[in-house]
Amino acid sequence: MLLFSGGKDSAVVLRLAVKAFWPARLPFPVMHVDTGHNFPEVIEFRDRTIDELEAQLIVASVQEAIDQGRVAEDTGPRASRNRLQTESLLNAIEKHRFDMVFGGARRDEEKARAKERIFSFRDEFGQWDPKNQRPEVWDLYNARIRVGEHIRAFPISNWTEMDVWQYVYQEQIEVPSVYFSHRRKVFERDGMLMAVSPYLRPMDSEVVLEASVRFRTVGDMTCTGAFESKAATVGEIIQEVAASRITERGASRADDRTAEAAMEDRKQEGYF
Amino acid sequence: MELVRIATTGSVDDGKSTLIGRLLHDTKQIFQDQMQAIEEASRRRGTDYVDLALLTDGLRAEREQGITIDVAYRYFATPKRKFILADTPGHIQYTRNMVTGSSTANVALILVDARNGIMEQTRRHSFLASALGVPHLVLCINKMDLVGWSQDRYTELVDEFRVFARRLDIHDLRFVPVSALRGDNVVARSEEMDWYHGPTVLEMLEEIHIGSDENLIDVRFPVQYVIRPHRHEYRDFRGYAGKVAGGLMRPGDEVTVLPSGFSSRIETISTHDGELEEAAPPSSVIITLEDDIDLSRGDMICRPHNQPHSSQDIDAMICWMSEGPPLRTGSKYSIKHTTRWGRALVNDLQYRLDVNTLHRDSQATELHLNEIGRVRIRTTTPFFFDEYRRNRETGSFILVDETTNNTVGAGMITGDAA
Repeated sequence: MLLFSGGKDSAVVLRLAVKAFWPARLPFPVMHVDTGHNFPEVIEFRDRTIDELEAQLIVASVQEAIDQGRVAEDTGPRASRNRLQTESLLNAIEKHRFDMVFGGARRDEEKARAKERIFSFRDEFGQWDPKNQRPEVWDLYNARIRVGEHIRAFPISNWTEMDVWQYVYQEQIEVPSVYFSHRRKVFERDGMLMAVSPYLRPMDSEVVLEASVRFRTVGDMTCTGAFESKAATVGEIIQEVAASRITERGASRADDRTAEAAMEDRKQEGYF
Repeated sequence: MELVRIATTGSVDDGKSTLIGRLLHDTKQIFQDQMQAIEEASRRRGTDYVDLALLTDGLRAEREQGITIDVAYRYFATPKRKFILADTPGHIQYTRNMVTGSSTANVALILVDARNGIMEQTRRHSFLASALGVPHLVLCINKMDLVGWSQDRYTELVDEFRVFARRLDIHDLRFVPVSALRGDNVVARSEEMDWYHGPTVLEMLEEIHIGSDENLIDVRFPVQYVIRPHRHEYRDFRGYAGKVAGGLMRPGDEVTVLPSGFSSRIETISTHDGELEEAAPPSSVIITLEDDIDLSRGDMICRPHNQPHSSQDIDAMICWMSEGPPLRTGSKYSIKHTTRWGRALVNDLQYRLDVNTLHRDSQATELHLNEIGRVRIRTTTPFFFDEYRRNRETGSFILVDETTNNTVGAGMITGDAA
């Protein structure tokens, strides 16, 4: 199964998979872990892309997990469903008996990811054990597992943000419109511009303004920040990335700011 | 743009972190939020300098203990090339990590403290780089500022290392005098060492010719996957997908497939983007043959008059990577070589190599974590291989524990033992 969030990295991994199996169709389904708090533009992009490929889409719904009482939702103005995705992901892996899960994570994104193997072993609880990883030498990947365990494979581990955008440019891969400059109602929180949406309301002290913004990463609307930008084409984005002095996660992800080891903790539980 | 893979080894004392920090900083790859984060972390720890190792020591245990446990990957680019730098800790207990980092590297960067000279660790790192077939080795003689920028000291160390390096298999050996702390000859040229006329470290990395590192002579194509589209427009299509592991392949070439031994000709070489007139390593392509012969994953396409060894008996150097049971004569493992799996029996542990002195201990009966030895193995089915020094792709394998499924050994084939 291939994880597809609708973001640029998973769009690239999807393209690589399509190219690898061409002229046959993808021999595995594509899965989206849907928090219910996604950008509508991203959901529209997801459905159109999967339709064009005639691929099979599985949606693992966080809303469903909440409705069924499998997970409890945080409340308050800073609530996010980001961490709840883990349960829906692991639940779907177990239900469909997936033994191999492709993802678009990159080592340059975040320091815990920097230490993860390209073929990352997960035990029967979906857990990642950073201190007990399989050595990875040459291109000899070891995908051997027992029933109930699975491998997360990250084909673009060694790509940088710049590599991704250059490949998007070279291959003319479509990405969701929220990556490009557009007018949007936003408010400032923790140094980031958050989009006003049904899922995220400004607090009384936070001032709403309309600005020309774009998103550098695409996650949940509650934890993905925008920034002011005029970049309207992939070429302009490449120029902007080249000049940027801040990492993409530092610029746009509230979920990594919780603690120095926020990502490591989530990954150990089975997160992407 | 060309991609160069670099492996660096060494301890903090050699100034390795400083050198890497300088490469990243001077090529403008460290971002403001990363810099702020490591400045804050350094302050919290009470260090009086900014510890660039914190950039990639991503695991909590690494930060708490102030050590690098695992290989750290760093990425940088110049207008000429892109670089992936695998940074491995240099202590003897991390041989496993050095093997991992060096296994795919084009260039090994080894640091020497000009005051201390060629140390046991320098010899160990150089041996491992040569054993892993890293084509280019750059010895950075660091801390030149602390030996008064002395050309005599530099020449003395270069000569000493050259004598040692004669015992190793190094294709391309280069030297550069640097001061990583001050930045001399890392990215910018040194004003203190006008006697040195060679390139800086970055200039070397940008200019080293890596195109010929691949084997372009012996055609080797391990079949990774058979593509049968089951679509109307490709009804009779049967393609073999894989990565070219050696040689130049062209449509019309006569080929032999192993293990069946049948011959045919290449009909087409294609990718999603269209048909190709030629494929060279490390391209991933789809090959169709003129004749309908049976081929599956793990099989090998080669030329009739240039075939790899086909044998069940393999001589190899093995680096043991497991904290669990050691390698012993009589042990059985799963083996993966190119795209082919099988089972292997350790017939004979011929000797264990001391990676510091290169002494061969033929009395050894076991290989423990981080130890390297020469081993003869027998496999359940024939494997199609070359000597590692001739082809890193078809000359390498891994051993996998059949109980835990962990990767426990990395093997470099020295020859056919039959």
